[in-house]
Amino acid sequence: MTAHDLRRRATSRAVEAFCTAAVVVALIPLGLVLFFVISRGLPALRPEFFTHMPKPVGEPGGGMANAMVGTLILIGIATAIAVPVGVVSGVFLSEYKRSRLGSAVRFAADVLNGIPSIVIGVFAYAVAVMPFRRFSALAGGVALGVMMLPLIVRTTEELLRLVPESFKEGALALGATRSRAVWTVILPAALPGIVTGILVALARVAGETAPLLFTSFNNAFFSTRLDQPISSLTVQVYTYAISPYEDWHRQAWAGATVLIAAILFFSLLARFVTRRLERMHRGTA
Amino acid sequence: MTKHDDRAFRLLTGTVAAAVLVIVIGIAVTLVHESWLSIRQFGLAFWTTRTWDPVAGQFGALPFIWGTLYSSLLALLLSTPVAIGIAIFLAELSPRVLRQPLVFLTELLAAIPSIVYGLWGVFVLVPVVRRLEVATPEWLRHVPLFSGPPLGVGMLAAGLVLAVMVTPFSAAVAREILKAVPISQREAAYALGATRWEAIRLALYYGRTGIIGAVMLGLGRALGETMAVTMVIGNNPQVSASLFAPQYTMAAVIANELAEAALDLHNHALVEIGLVLFIVTIVVNALSRLLLWRVSDKVVSAPLAAAPAAAAA
Repeated sequence: MTAHDLRRRATSRAVEAFCTAAVVVALIPLGLVLFFVISRGLPALRPEFFTHMPKPVGEPGGGMANAMVGTLILIGIATAIAVPVGVVSGVFLSEYKRSRLGSAVRFAADVLNGIPSIVIGVFAYAVAVMPFRRFSALAGGVALGVMMLPLIVRTTEELLRLVPESFKEGALALGATRSRAVWTVILPAALPGIVTGILVALARVAGETAPLLFTSFNNAFFSTRLDQPISSLTVQVYTYAISPYEDWHRQAWAGATVLIAAILFFSLLARFVTRRLERMHRGTA
Repeated sequence: MTKHDDRAFRLLTGTVAAAVLVIVIGIAVTLVHESWLSIRQFGLAFWTTRTWDPVAGQFGALPFIWGTLYSSLLALLLSTPVAIGIAIFLAELSPRVLRQPLVFLTELLAAIPSIVYGLWGVFVLVPVVRRLEVATPEWLRHVPLFSGPPLGVGMLAAGLVLAVMVTPFSAAVAREILKAVPISQREAAYALGATRWEAIRLALYYGRTGIIGAVMLGLGRALGETMAVTMVIGNNPQVSASLFAPQYTMAAVIANELAEAALDLHNHALVEIGLVLFIVTIVVNALSRLLLWRVSDKVVSAPLAAAPAAAAA
Protein backbone atom coordinates (compact mmCIF):
# COMPACT_ATOMS: atom_id res chain seq x y z
CA MET A 1 0.00 0.00 0.00
CA THR A 2 1.40 3.36 -1.02
CA ALA A 3 1.53 6.51 1.08
CA HIS A 4 -1.06 7.98 -1.22
CA ASP A 5 -3.51 5.22 -0.44
CA LEU A 6 -2.88 5.59 3.26
CA ARG A 7 -3.64 9.24 3.04
CA ARG A 8 -6.87 8.58 1.15
CA ARG A 9 -7.95 6.18 3.84
CA ALA A 10 -7.06 8.56 6.62
CA THR A 11 -9.08 11.32 4.96
CA SER A 12 -12.05 9.03 4.67
CA ARG A 13 -11.80 8.11 8.34
CA ALA A 14 -11.49 11.76 9.31
CA VAL A 15 -14.63 12.69 7.41
CA GLU A 16 -16.53 9.81 8.96
CA ALA A 17 -15.42 10.98 12.38
CA PHE A 18 -16.51 14.52 11.55
CA CYS A 19 -19.99 13.34 10.53
CA THR A 20 -20.38 11.33 13.71
CA ALA A 21 -19.26 14.33 15.70
CA ALA A 22 -21.81 16.49 13.88
CA VAL A 23 -24.63 14.26 15.10
CA VAL A 24 -23.33 14.48 18.65
CA VAL A 25 -22.92 18.26 18.40
CA ALA A 26 -26.51 18.65 17.20
CA LEU A 27 -27.90 16.44 19.95
CA ILE A 28 -26.07 18.27 22.75
CA PRO A 29 -28.41 21.30 22.64
CA LEU A 30 -31.41 18.95 22.57
CA GLY A 31 -30.12 17.21 25.67
CA LEU A 32 -29.30 20.51 27.37
CA VAL A 33 -32.67 22.07 26.61
CA LEU A 34 -34.54 19.01 27.84
CA PHE A 35 -32.31 18.76 30.91
CA PHE A 36 -32.80 22.36 31.97
CA VAL A 37 -36.50 22.41 31.22
CA ILE A 38 -37.08 19.29 33.27
CA SER A 39 -34.68 20.06 36.12
CA ARG A 40 -35.97 23.61 36.58
CA GLY A 41 -39.55 23.07 35.52
CA LEU A 42 -40.51 19.86 37.29
CA PRO A 43 -39.92 21.12 40.84
CA ALA A 44 -42.17 24.11 40.11
CA LEU A 45 -44.85 21.90 38.65
CA ARG A 46 -47.22 21.39 41.56
CA PRO A 47 -50.88 20.47 41.16
CA GLU A 48 -51.97 24.05 41.71
CA PHE A 49 -50.03 25.04 38.61
CA PHE A 50 -52.85 23.48 36.63
CA THR A 51 -55.74 24.71 38.76
CA HIS A 52 -54.74 28.16 40.07
CA MET A 53 -54.56 31.60 38.58
CA PRO A 54 -51.30 33.57 38.35
CA LYS A 55 -50.34 35.26 41.60
CA PRO A 56 -49.16 38.88 41.75
CA VAL A 57 -45.46 39.59 42.13
CA GLY A 58 -44.20 38.75 45.58
CA GLU A 59 -46.65 36.00 46.34
CA PRO A 60 -45.09 32.65 45.59
CA GLY A 61 -46.99 29.79 43.93
CA GLY A 62 -49.97 30.27 41.72
CA GLY A 63 -50.53 28.62 38.38
CA MET A 64 -51.39 29.06 34.77
CA ALA A 65 -54.92 27.70 34.69
CA ASN A 66 -56.19 30.65 32.67
CA ALA A 67 -53.30 30.38 30.22
CA MET A 68 -53.89 26.67 29.64
CA VAL A 69 -57.59 27.17 29.06
CA GLY A 70 -56.68 30.08 26.81
CA THR A 71 -54.33 27.95 24.73
CA LEU A 72 -57.01 25.27 24.41
CA ILE A 73 -59.54 27.86 23.24
CA LEU A 74 -57.07 29.32 20.75
CA ILE A 75 -56.21 25.98 19.20
CA GLY A 76 -59.91 25.12 19.25
CA ILE A 77 -60.65 28.14 17.07
CA ALA A 78 -57.67 27.32 14.87
CA THR A 79 -58.91 23.75 14.41
CA ALA A 80 -62.43 24.91 13.58
CA ILE A 81 -60.99 27.08 10.82
CA ALA A 82 -58.19 24.90 9.47
CA VAL A 83 -59.54 21.35 9.63
CA PRO A 84 -62.65 21.61 7.42
CA VAL A 85 -60.89 23.77 4.83
CA GLY A 86 -57.68 21.76 5.02
CA VAL A 87 -59.21 18.30 4.74
CA VAL A 88 -61.55 19.20 1.88
CA SER A 89 -58.69 20.92 0.05
CA GLY A 90 -56.57 17.83 0.57
CA VAL A 91 -59.36 15.72 -0.91
CA PHE A 92 -59.49 18.01 -3.93
CA LEU A 93 -55.72 17.79 -4.40
CA SER A 94 -55.65 14.00 -4.25
CA GLU A 95 -58.71 13.55 -6.49
CA TYR A 96 -57.75 16.10 -9.14
CA LYS A 97 -53.99 15.74 -9.07
CA ARG A 98 -53.23 17.25 -12.41
CA SER A 99 -55.79 20.07 -12.52
CA ARG A 100 -54.49 23.60 -12.90
CA LEU A 101 -56.26 24.73 -9.75
CA GLY A 102 -54.71 21.79 -7.93
CA SER A 103 -51.17 22.85 -8.82
CA ALA A 104 -51.94 26.44 -7.82
CA VAL A 105 -53.38 25.35 -4.47
CA ARG A 106 -50.45 23.04 -3.79
CA PHE A 107 -48.09 25.89 -4.55
CA ALA A 108 -50.09 28.26 -2.34
CA ALA A 109 -49.98 25.75 0.53
CA ASP A 110 -46.20 25.51 0.20
CA VAL A 111 -45.87 29.28 0.13
CA LEU A 112 -48.10 29.56 3.20
CA ASN A 113 -46.04 26.94 5.00
CA GLY A 114 -42.88 28.95 4.43
CA ILE A 115 -44.25 32.29 5.63
CA PRO A 116 -42.82 33.16 9.06
CA SER A 117 -45.38 32.94 11.85
CA ILE A 118 -44.78 36.56 12.81
CA VAL A 119 -45.90 37.67 9.33
CA ILE A 120 -49.06 35.60 9.59
CA GLY A 121 -49.59 37.30 12.93
CA VAL A 122 -49.32 40.69 11.25
CA PHE A 123 -51.94 39.57 8.75
CA ALA A 124 -54.30 38.45 11.53
CA TYR A 125 -53.63 41.74 13.31
CA ALA A 126 -54.63 43.67 10.19
CA VAL A 127 -57.82 41.74 9.47
CA ALA A 128 -59.03 40.79 12.96
CA VAL A 129 -57.62 43.33 15.41
CA MET A 130 -57.40 46.68 13.64
CA PRO A 131 -61.01 46.83 12.37
CA PHE A 132 -62.36 46.22 15.88
CA ARG A 133 -59.64 48.17 17.70
CA ARG A 134 -59.35 45.34 20.19
CA PHE A 135 -57.15 42.30 20.79
CA SER A 136 -59.21 39.13 20.83
CA ALA A 137 -59.05 35.36 21.19
CA LEU A 138 -60.63 35.15 17.76
CA ALA A 139 -57.75 37.08 16.15
CA GLY A 140 -55.23 34.74 17.76
CA GLY A 141 -57.23 31.73 16.59
CA VAL A 142 -57.27 33.09 13.04
CA ALA A 143 -53.48 33.45 13.08
CA LEU A 144 -52.98 29.89 14.35
CA GLY A 145 -55.61 28.54 11.95
CA VAL A 146 -53.84 30.04 8.94
CA MET A 147 -50.60 28.46 10.17
CA MET A 148 -52.22 25.04 10.55
CA LEU A 149 -53.90 25.11 7.16
CA PRO A 150 -51.00 24.18 4.87
CA LEU A 151 -49.92 21.38 7.21
CA ILE A 152 -53.36 19.80 7.13
CA VAL A 153 -53.78 20.23 3.38
CA ARG A 154 -50.54 18.45 2.58
CA THR A 155 -50.91 15.77 5.25
CA THR A 156 -54.42 14.91 4.04
CA GLU A 157 -53.29 14.80 0.42
CA GLU A 158 -50.35 12.52 1.18
CA LEU A 159 -52.35 10.17 3.37
CA LEU A 160 -55.16 9.86 0.83
CA ARG A 161 -52.52 8.87 -1.70
CA LEU A 162 -51.45 6.03 0.56
CA VAL A 163 -54.91 4.46 0.33
CA PRO A 164 -54.67 1.69 -2.27
CA GLU A 165 -56.24 2.51 -5.62
CA SER A 166 -58.21 -0.74 -5.39
CA PHE A 167 -60.38 0.71 -2.58
CA LYS A 168 -61.61 3.42 -4.88
CA GLU A 169 -61.96 1.12 -7.86
CA GLY A 170 -64.06 -1.26 -5.78
CA ALA A 171 -66.38 1.53 -4.68
CA LEU A 172 -66.75 2.89 -8.19
CA ALA A 173 -67.38 -0.60 -9.57
CA LEU A 174 -70.23 -0.97 -7.09
CA GLY A 175 -71.81 2.09 -8.65
CA ALA A 176 -70.77 4.69 -6.10
CA THR A 177 -70.28 8.23 -7.29
CA ARG A 178 -66.91 9.84 -6.83
CA SER A 179 -68.04 11.85 -3.82
CA ARG A 180 -69.54 8.77 -2.20
CA ALA A 181 -66.37 6.80 -2.79
CA VAL A 182 -64.33 9.56 -1.18
CA TRP A 183 -66.50 10.20 1.86
CA THR A 184 -67.44 6.61 2.70
CA VAL A 185 -64.45 4.56 1.57
CA ILE A 186 -61.25 6.49 0.92
CA LEU A 187 -61.42 9.12 3.64
CA PRO A 188 -62.32 6.65 6.42
CA ALA A 189 -59.40 4.45 5.39
CA ALA A 190 -57.02 7.37 5.80
CA LEU A 191 -58.74 8.83 8.85
CA PRO A 192 -56.44 7.62 11.66
CA GLY A 193 -53.47 9.13 9.88
CA ILE A 194 -55.25 12.38 9.15
CA VAL A 195 -56.36 12.71 12.77
CA THR A 196 -52.78 12.16 13.89
CA GLY A 197 -51.59 14.76 11.41
CA ILE A 198 -54.10 17.20 12.84
CA LEU A 199 -52.95 16.51 16.39
CA VAL A 200 -49.32 17.09 15.46
CA ALA A 201 -50.23 20.31 13.66
CA LEU A 202 -52.12 21.34 16.80
CA ALA A 203 -49.14 20.62 19.01
CA ARG A 204 -47.01 22.72 16.73
CA VAL A 205 -49.22 25.81 16.67
CA ALA A 206 -49.85 25.46 20.39
CA GLY A 207 -46.15 26.24 20.82
CA GLU A 208 -46.40 29.46 18.82
CA THR A 209 -45.84 32.75 20.58
CA ALA A 210 -44.92 35.44 18.07
CA PRO A 211 -48.26 35.77 16.24
CA LEU A 212 -50.17 35.85 19.55
CA LEU A 213 -48.32 38.81 21.06
CA PHE A 214 -50.43 41.30 19.13
CA THR A 215 -53.56 39.29 18.33
CA SER A 216 -54.82 37.43 21.39
CA PHE A 217 -52.41 39.49 23.54
CA ASN A 218 -52.59 38.43 27.19
CA ASN A 219 -55.08 38.51 30.00
CA ALA A 220 -54.35 38.41 33.72
CA PHE A 221 -57.82 37.09 34.40
CA PHE A 222 -59.77 34.00 33.56
CA SER A 223 -61.58 34.59 30.29
CA THR A 224 -63.35 32.41 27.79
CA ARG A 225 -64.77 35.23 25.71
CA LEU A 226 -63.78 35.14 22.08
CA ASP A 227 -64.00 38.90 21.58
CA GLN A 228 -61.65 39.67 24.47
CA PRO A 229 -57.89 39.32 24.90
CA ILE A 230 -57.00 35.90 26.21
CA SER A 231 -54.02 34.42 27.98
CA SER A 232 -51.99 31.62 26.46
CA LEU A 233 -49.32 29.31 27.81
CA THR A 234 -46.63 30.58 25.44
CA VAL A 235 -47.24 34.30 25.87
CA GLN A 236 -47.42 33.76 29.64
CA VAL A 237 -44.07 31.95 29.59
CA TYR A 238 -42.62 34.84 27.57
CA THR A 239 -43.99 37.45 29.96
CA TYR A 240 -42.57 35.59 32.93
CA ALA A 241 -39.24 34.89 31.25
CA ILE A 242 -38.47 38.55 30.51
CA SER A 243 -39.64 39.70 33.94
CA PRO A 244 -37.03 40.44 36.63
CA TYR A 245 -38.64 38.21 39.28
CA GLU A 246 -37.17 34.93 40.46
CA ASP A 247 -40.61 33.47 41.21
CA TRP A 248 -41.87 34.23 37.75
CA HIS A 249 -38.81 32.63 36.17
CA ARG A 250 -39.68 29.43 37.99
CA GLN A 251 -43.21 29.65 36.62
CA ALA A 252 -41.82 30.17 33.12
CA TRP A 253 -39.80 26.95 33.38
CA ALA A 254 -42.86 25.11 34.63
CA GLY A 255 -44.88 26.39 31.69
CA ALA A 256 -42.13 25.30 29.30
CA THR A 257 -42.22 21.83 30.84
CA VAL A 258 -45.93 21.53 30.13
CA LEU A 259 -45.35 22.63 26.52
CA ILE A 260 -42.51 20.18 25.98
CA ALA A 261 -44.47 17.33 27.56
CA ALA A 262 -47.43 17.97 25.25
CA ILE A 263 -45.19 18.07 22.18
CA LEU A 264 -43.31 14.93 23.17
CA PHE A 265 -46.60 13.15 23.68
CA PHE A 266 -47.95 14.12 20.29
CA SER A 267 -44.69 13.34 18.48
CA LEU A 268 -44.54 9.87 20.00
CA LEU A 269 -48.21 9.28 19.27
CA ALA A 270 -47.71 10.31 15.65
CA ARG A 271 -44.74 8.00 15.36
CA PHE A 272 -46.70 5.08 16.80
CA VAL A 273 -49.73 5.61 14.57
CA THR A 274 -47.56 6.08 11.47
CA ARG A 275 -45.83 2.77 12.13
CA ARG A 276 -49.15 0.98 12.50
CA LEU A 277 -50.54 2.57 9.36
CA GLU A 278 -47.52 1.56 7.36
CA ARG A 279 -47.84 -1.99 8.54
CA MET A 280 -51.57 -1.99 7.81
CA HIS A 281 -51.13 -0.71 4.29
CA ARG A 282 -48.39 -3.16 3.55
CA GLY A 283 -50.91 -5.83 4.49
CA THR A 284 -53.61 -4.62 2.11
CA ALA A 285 -51.57 -3.48 -0.86
CA MET B 1 -76.67 11.45 -12.94
CA THR B 2 -73.20 10.32 -11.91
CA LYS B 3 -71.66 12.92 -14.15
CA HIS B 4 -73.75 15.63 -12.54
CA ASP B 5 -72.79 14.45 -9.09
CA ASP B 6 -69.11 14.37 -10.01
CA ARG B 7 -69.24 17.91 -11.30
CA ALA B 8 -70.87 19.13 -8.09
CA PHE B 9 -68.22 17.32 -6.07
CA ARG B 10 -65.43 18.92 -8.04
CA LEU B 11 -67.00 22.35 -7.77
CA LEU B 12 -67.52 22.04 -4.04
CA THR B 13 -64.08 20.73 -3.10
CA GLY B 14 -62.45 23.05 -5.64
CA THR B 15 -64.11 26.11 -4.13
CA VAL B 16 -62.87 25.18 -0.66
CA ALA B 17 -59.37 24.48 -1.97
CA ALA B 18 -59.35 27.85 -3.70
CA ALA B 19 -59.64 29.39 -0.23
CA VAL B 20 -56.01 28.46 0.39
CA LEU B 21 -55.04 30.44 -2.68
CA VAL B 22 -57.25 33.34 -1.63
CA ILE B 23 -55.62 33.47 1.81
CA VAL B 24 -52.12 33.76 0.37
CA ILE B 25 -53.21 36.52 -2.01
CA GLY B 26 -55.14 38.11 0.85
CA ILE B 27 -52.01 38.21 3.00
CA ALA B 28 -50.08 39.98 0.24
CA VAL B 29 -52.84 42.53 -0.41
CA THR B 30 -53.41 43.21 3.28
CA LEU B 31 -49.73 43.74 4.00
CA VAL B 32 -49.39 46.25 1.15
CA HIS B 33 -52.59 48.01 2.13
CA GLU B 34 -51.62 48.31 5.79
CA SER B 35 -48.13 49.60 5.11
CA TRP B 36 -49.16 52.14 2.51
CA LEU B 37 -48.61 55.23 4.70
CA SER B 38 -45.05 54.21 5.37
CA ILE B 39 -44.31 53.19 1.77
CA ARG B 40 -45.60 56.54 0.49
CA GLN B 41 -43.88 58.68 3.07
CA PHE B 42 -40.43 57.11 3.15
CA GLY B 43 -40.12 55.26 -0.15
CA LEU B 44 -36.81 53.46 -0.54
CA ALA B 45 -35.16 55.67 2.06
CA PHE B 46 -36.95 53.51 4.64
CA TRP B 47 -34.45 50.77 3.94
CA THR B 48 -31.31 52.90 4.07
CA THR B 49 -32.07 55.04 7.12
CA ARG B 50 -30.43 54.11 10.41
CA THR B 51 -32.69 55.99 12.80
CA TRP B 52 -35.64 54.23 14.38
CA ASP B 53 -37.34 56.59 16.80
CA PRO B 54 -41.09 56.02 17.12
CA VAL B 55 -41.50 58.95 19.51
CA ALA B 56 -40.03 61.40 17.02
CA GLY B 57 -41.85 59.73 14.14
CA GLN B 58 -38.59 58.68 12.48
CA PHE B 59 -38.58 55.25 10.91
CA GLY B 60 -35.57 53.72 9.21
CA ALA B 61 -35.33 49.95 8.90
CA LEU B 62 -31.64 49.52 8.10
CA PRO B 63 -30.64 48.25 11.58
CA PHE B 64 -33.29 45.53 11.40
CA ILE B 65 -32.33 44.34 7.94
CA TRP B 66 -28.72 44.32 9.01
CA GLY B 67 -29.53 42.35 12.16
CA THR B 68 -31.71 39.83 10.34
CA LEU B 69 -29.13 39.20 7.62
CA TYR B 70 -26.22 39.11 10.05
CA SER B 71 -27.87 36.68 12.48
CA SER B 72 -29.22 34.43 9.71
CA LEU B 73 -25.92 34.20 7.85
CA LEU B 74 -24.05 33.61 11.10
CA ALA B 75 -26.50 30.82 11.89
CA LEU B 76 -26.00 29.27 8.43
CA LEU B 77 -22.24 29.48 8.79
CA LEU B 78 -22.45 27.55 12.06
CA SER B 79 -25.19 25.10 11.10
CA THR B 80 -24.32 24.11 7.52
CA PRO B 81 -21.28 21.93 8.22
CA VAL B 82 -23.11 20.23 11.09
CA ALA B 83 -26.29 19.74 9.04
CA ILE B 84 -24.39 18.20 6.11
CA GLY B 85 -22.45 16.02 8.54
CA ILE B 86 -25.69 14.76 10.07
CA ALA B 87 -27.18 14.12 6.64
CA ILE B 88 -24.14 12.11 5.57
CA PHE B 89 -24.13 10.15 8.80
CA LEU B 90 -27.81 9.30 8.60
CA ALA B 91 -27.85 8.53 4.88
CA GLU B 92 -24.52 6.73 4.50
CA LEU B 93 -22.78 5.78 7.73
CA SER B 94 -25.31 5.10 10.44
CA PRO B 95 -25.84 1.54 11.65
CA ARG B 96 -29.39 0.47 10.85
CA VAL B 97 -30.52 0.27 14.49
CA LEU B 98 -29.45 3.83 15.21
CA ARG B 99 -31.01 5.43 12.18
CA GLN B 100 -34.68 5.63 13.20
CA PRO B 101 -34.03 6.86 16.76
CA LEU B 102 -31.60 9.50 15.48
CA VAL B 103 -34.07 10.71 12.86
CA PHE B 104 -36.68 10.95 15.60
CA LEU B 105 -34.36 12.93 17.85
CA THR B 106 -33.49 15.43 15.13
CA GLU B 107 -37.19 15.82 14.42
CA LEU B 108 -37.72 16.48 18.10
CA LEU B 109 -35.06 19.18 17.93
CA ALA B 110 -37.18 20.84 15.24
CA ALA B 111 -40.36 20.42 17.27
CA ILE B 112 -39.25 22.31 20.38
CA PRO B 113 -41.06 25.66 20.39
CA SER B 114 -39.12 28.82 19.78
CA ILE B 115 -40.17 30.20 23.15
CA VAL B 116 -38.53 27.27 24.95
CA TYR B 117 -35.27 27.85 23.06
CA GLY B 118 -35.62 31.50 24.04
CA LEU B 119 -36.11 30.67 27.71
CA TRP B 120 -33.11 28.39 27.62
CA GLY B 121 -31.16 31.03 25.73
CA VAL B 122 -31.85 33.73 28.29
CA PHE B 123 -31.04 31.71 31.40
CA VAL B 124 -28.45 29.19 30.22
CA LEU B 125 -26.80 30.23 26.96
CA VAL B 126 -26.47 33.98 27.55
CA PRO B 127 -24.53 33.59 30.83
CA VAL B 128 -22.17 31.16 29.07
CA VAL B 129 -21.68 33.57 26.18
CA ARG B 130 -21.04 36.39 28.64
CA ARG B 131 -18.32 34.38 30.35
CA LEU B 132 -16.83 33.67 26.95
CA GLU B 133 -16.88 37.35 26.10
CA VAL B 134 -15.28 38.32 29.40
CA ALA B 135 -12.56 35.77 28.76
CA THR B 136 -11.78 37.25 25.35
CA PRO B 137 -8.17 38.55 25.43
CA GLU B 138 -7.69 42.29 25.31
CA TRP B 139 -5.82 42.41 21.97
CA LEU B 140 -8.70 40.58 20.29
CA ARG B 141 -11.18 43.12 21.63
CA HIS B 142 -9.71 45.74 19.29
CA VAL B 143 -10.89 43.75 16.30
CA PRO B 144 -14.31 45.18 15.25
CA LEU B 145 -15.76 41.67 15.22
CA PHE B 146 -15.22 41.33 18.98
CA SER B 147 -15.53 44.90 20.18
CA GLY B 148 -17.93 46.27 22.75
CA PRO B 149 -18.78 45.44 26.35
CA PRO B 150 -19.36 41.79 27.29
CA LEU B 151 -23.13 41.76 27.81
CA GLY B 152 -23.95 38.19 26.93
CA VAL B 153 -27.02 39.18 24.96
CA GLY B 154 -26.16 40.08 21.40
CA MET B 155 -25.43 38.80 17.93
CA LEU B 156 -23.36 35.79 19.02
CA ALA B 157 -26.06 34.40 21.30
CA ALA B 158 -28.69 34.96 18.58
CA GLY B 159 -26.56 33.22 15.95
CA LEU B 160 -25.98 30.23 18.22
CA VAL B 161 -29.65 29.76 19.10
CA LEU B 162 -30.66 30.19 15.46
CA ALA B 163 -28.06 27.65 14.35
CA VAL B 164 -29.47 25.07 16.74
CA MET B 165 -33.00 25.72 15.49
CA VAL B 166 -32.15 25.64 11.78
CA THR B 167 -29.87 22.60 11.74
CA PRO B 168 -32.58 19.89 11.84
CA PHE B 169 -34.40 21.42 8.87
CA SER B 170 -31.35 21.62 6.62
CA ALA B 171 -30.17 18.20 7.78
CA ALA B 172 -33.50 16.50 7.02
CA VAL B 173 -33.66 17.89 3.49
CA ALA B 174 -29.97 17.25 2.76
CA ARG B 175 -30.52 13.65 3.87
CA GLU B 176 -33.44 13.29 1.45
CA ILE B 177 -31.18 14.59 -1.31
CA LEU B 178 -28.46 12.07 -0.51
CA LYS B 179 -31.03 9.28 -0.43
CA ALA B 180 -32.26 10.38 -3.86
CA VAL B 181 -28.79 9.98 -5.41
CA PRO B 182 -28.89 6.74 -7.42
CA ILE B 183 -27.10 3.86 -5.75
CA SER B 184 -25.32 3.15 -9.03
CA GLN B 185 -23.31 6.35 -8.56
CA ARG B 186 -21.84 4.95 -5.38
CA GLU B 187 -21.40 1.45 -6.76
CA ALA B 188 -19.46 2.86 -9.68
CA ALA B 189 -17.21 4.77 -7.32
CA TYR B 190 -16.55 1.74 -5.13
CA ALA B 191 -15.92 -0.40 -8.20
CA LEU B 192 -13.16 2.03 -9.15
CA GLY B 193 -11.62 1.53 -5.72
CA ALA B 194 -12.92 4.68 -4.05
CA THR B 195 -12.81 5.07 -0.30
CA ARG B 196 -16.04 5.76 1.54
CA TRP B 197 -15.44 9.51 1.60
CA GLU B 198 -14.64 9.57 -2.11
CA ALA B 199 -17.96 7.85 -2.83
CA ILE B 200 -19.81 10.24 -0.53
CA ARG B 201 -18.10 13.20 -2.13
CA LEU B 202 -19.36 11.99 -5.46
CA ALA B 203 -22.91 11.74 -4.09
CA LEU B 204 -22.60 15.25 -2.63
CA TYR B 205 -21.41 16.52 -5.98
CA TYR B 206 -24.26 14.77 -7.75
CA GLY B 207 -26.78 16.36 -5.41
CA ARG B 208 -25.00 19.70 -5.01
CA THR B 209 -27.88 21.88 -6.19
CA GLY B 210 -30.16 20.08 -3.76
CA ILE B 211 -27.72 20.55 -0.89
CA ILE B 212 -27.65 24.27 -1.63
CA GLY B 213 -31.46 24.14 -1.68
CA ALA B 214 -31.45 22.50 1.75
CA VAL B 215 -29.22 25.22 3.16
CA MET B 216 -31.43 27.93 1.65
CA LEU B 217 -34.44 26.32 3.22
CA GLY B 218 -32.70 26.77 6.56
CA LEU B 219 -32.08 30.39 5.62
CA GLY B 220 -35.82 30.87 5.06
CA ARG B 221 -36.45 29.57 8.56
CA ALA B 222 -33.75 31.71 10.14
CA LEU B 223 -34.93 34.95 8.52
CA GLY B 224 -38.39 34.72 10.06
CA GLU B 225 -37.50 33.19 13.41
CA THR B 226 -38.79 35.47 16.12
CA MET B 227 -39.07 34.55 19.79
CA ALA B 228 -35.75 32.94 20.58
CA VAL B 229 -33.88 35.67 18.73
CA THR B 230 -35.91 38.45 20.33
CA MET B 231 -35.04 37.11 23.75
CA VAL B 232 -31.27 36.89 23.30
CA ILE B 233 -30.20 39.47 20.72
CA GLY B 234 -30.52 42.49 23.00
CA ASN B 235 -32.99 44.51 20.91
CA ASN B 236 -30.85 47.52 20.18
CA PRO B 237 -31.37 49.07 16.74
CA GLN B 238 -27.79 49.67 15.64
CA VAL B 239 -25.65 48.60 12.72
CA SER B 240 -22.59 46.96 14.19
CA ALA B 241 -20.13 44.42 12.89
CA SER B 242 -19.46 43.13 16.39
CA LEU B 243 -20.59 39.68 17.47
CA PHE B 244 -20.81 41.00 21.03
CA ALA B 245 -23.05 43.96 20.25
CA PRO B 246 -26.75 43.85 21.10
CA GLN B 247 -28.67 44.28 17.87
CA TYR B 248 -32.19 43.90 16.53
CA THR B 249 -34.00 41.93 13.80
CA MET B 250 -37.01 42.58 11.58
CA ALA B 251 -39.12 39.90 13.25
CA ALA B 252 -38.10 41.04 16.73
CA VAL B 253 -39.12 44.66 16.24
CA ILE B 254 -42.55 43.57 15.02
CA ALA B 255 -42.95 41.28 18.03
CA ASN B 256 -41.92 44.02 20.46
CA GLU B 257 -43.69 47.03 19.07
CA LEU B 258 -46.77 46.12 17.04
CA ALA B 259 -49.04 45.65 20.05
CA GLU B 260 -48.10 49.08 21.37
CA ALA B 261 -47.82 51.12 18.21
CA ALA B 262 -50.08 54.11 18.78
CA LEU B 263 -49.15 56.18 15.73
CA ASP B 264 -50.61 55.06 12.43
CA LEU B 265 -47.28 55.70 10.78
CA HIS B 266 -45.48 53.52 13.33
CA ASN B 267 -48.00 50.79 12.68
CA HIS B 268 -47.55 51.01 8.94
CA ALA B 269 -43.78 51.06 9.23
CA LEU B 270 -43.90 47.82 11.22
CA VAL B 271 -46.25 46.19 8.71
CA GLU B 272 -43.91 47.27 5.91
CA ILE B 273 -41.11 45.39 7.65
CA GLY B 274 -43.46 42.39 7.75
CA LEU B 275 -44.19 42.83 4.05
CA VAL B 276 -40.51 42.70 3.16
CA LEU B 277 -40.02 39.68 5.39
CA PHE B 278 -42.93 38.05 3.53
CA ILE B 279 -41.43 38.78 0.10
CA VAL B 280 -37.91 37.75 1.08
CA THR B 281 -38.96 34.43 2.62
CA ILE B 282 -41.11 33.60 -0.42
CA VAL B 283 -38.21 34.31 -2.76
CA VAL B 284 -35.76 32.30 -0.65
CA ASN B 285 -38.18 29.38 -0.32
CA ALA B 286 -39.01 29.43 -4.03
CA LEU B 287 -35.32 29.41 -4.95
CA SER B 288 -34.62 26.56 -2.58
CA ARG B 289 -37.60 24.65 -3.98
CA LEU B 290 -36.34 25.20 -7.50
CA LEU B 291 -32.93 23.83 -6.60
CA LEU B 292 -34.48 20.81 -4.87
CA TRP B 293 -36.70 20.11 -7.87
CA ARG B 294 -33.70 19.87 -10.14
CA VAL B 295 -32.28 16.99 -8.16
CA SER B 296 -35.42 14.97 -7.70
CA ASP B 297 -39.12 15.65 -7.80
CA LYS B 298 -39.47 13.22 -4.92
CA VAL B 299 -38.02 15.65 -2.44
CA VAL B 300 -40.37 18.44 -3.40
CA SER B 301 -42.48 17.68 -0.36
CA ALA B 302 -39.41 17.28 1.82
CA PRO B 303 -39.63 20.72 3.41
CA LEU B 304 -42.99 19.65 4.75
CA ALA B 305 -41.77 16.24 5.76
CA ALA B 306 -38.94 17.96 7.54
CA ALA B 307 -41.45 19.71 9.72
CA PRO B 308 -42.45 17.39 12.54
CA ALA B 309 -46.07 18.32 11.95
CA ALA B 310 -46.09 16.24 8.80
CA ALA B 311 -44.35 13.32 10.45
CA ALA B 312 -47.55 11.38 10.04
CA ALA B 313 -47.36 11.60 6.28
